[in-house]
Amino acid sequence: MALDRELVGRSYPPSAVYEVGRAKIAEFAAAIGADHPVHVDADAARAAGYPDVIAPPTFAIVVSLEAAFVVLSDPEVSLDYSRVVHGEQKFIHHRPIRAGDRLVATTTIDAVRSVAGNDLLTTRVDLATEDGEAVCTTTSMLVARGA
Amino acid sequence: MSLRSAADVAVGTEIPEQVLRVTRADLVRYAGASGDFNPIHWNERVATEVGLPGVIAHGMFTMALASGVVTRWAGDPGAVEEYHVRFGRPVVVPDDENGAEVTVRGKVGAVLEDGRIRVDLTVTTDGEKVLSLARATVRLA
Repeated sequence: MALDRELVGRSYPPSAVYEVGRAKIAEFAAAIGADHPVHVDADAARAAGYPDVIAPPTFAIVVSLEAAFVVLSDPEVSLDYSRVVHGEQKFIHHRPIRAGDRLVATTTIDAVRSVAGNDLLTTRVDLATEDGEAVCTTTSMLVARGA
Repeated sequence: MSLRSAADVAVGTEIPEQVLRVTRADLVRYAGASGDFNPIHWNERVATEVGLPGVIAHGMFTMALASGVVTRWAGDPGAVEEYHVRFGRPVVVPDDENGAEVTVRGKVGAVLEDGRIRVDLTVTTDGEKVLSLARATVRLA
């Protein structure tokens, strides 16, 4: 089912606060084989100039994926999640995500396209601290493969 | 593991190749850590029902593995300012102990201002590119 082009520009209310925990960063780093001490050792992180342990570059997906589900659950966005594959992904880090960050995600639909029977949906998630400091922008293009 | 100096790199500088093994267990672990429980990454029945050759790795897992090659070389995972990939073909992960092999190569594609560089990555499995574009902007010392 084709996505409605009028969805472009639609923005969703800010998410609940996601508090970044040291244990979650350590779990994610271990899952991807990221063994740098700045992910698990606060002293090593401080020695490298960070206030606390920092997340690997793709950790933002943990927060942004959860936030982007607001799009997939929008009744006007009819995508069958089991037919969805990830087409493209971009992160722009204003600074590394770190333990203790209290992040709010704002999700916007950047583009919808239909190519060769597949629906392409591009969503942008802006992550900022609850005080309004911009931390990371993630842009994801999802492809819903035609039935 | 401190941050590499921009003075030590030039366009064409190569990042050491790494070959990474991906098993079904790795995918389950990544699903839990990331919160992406799409069954195509752990359930053969669902994967084949939707027309895939089998269970495939999360694109984000492949993206994360490739970023590790860059950050280990750069010396500081916090130095990655931008990271952009396009997923070309899936990494099919067989249901055995060996799983799939993902090979990551990289080289410096551009030297930018303020100690920043662009790293261009080539990520393959079975000799085929799995990422059709993979670029990271890294701020060096």
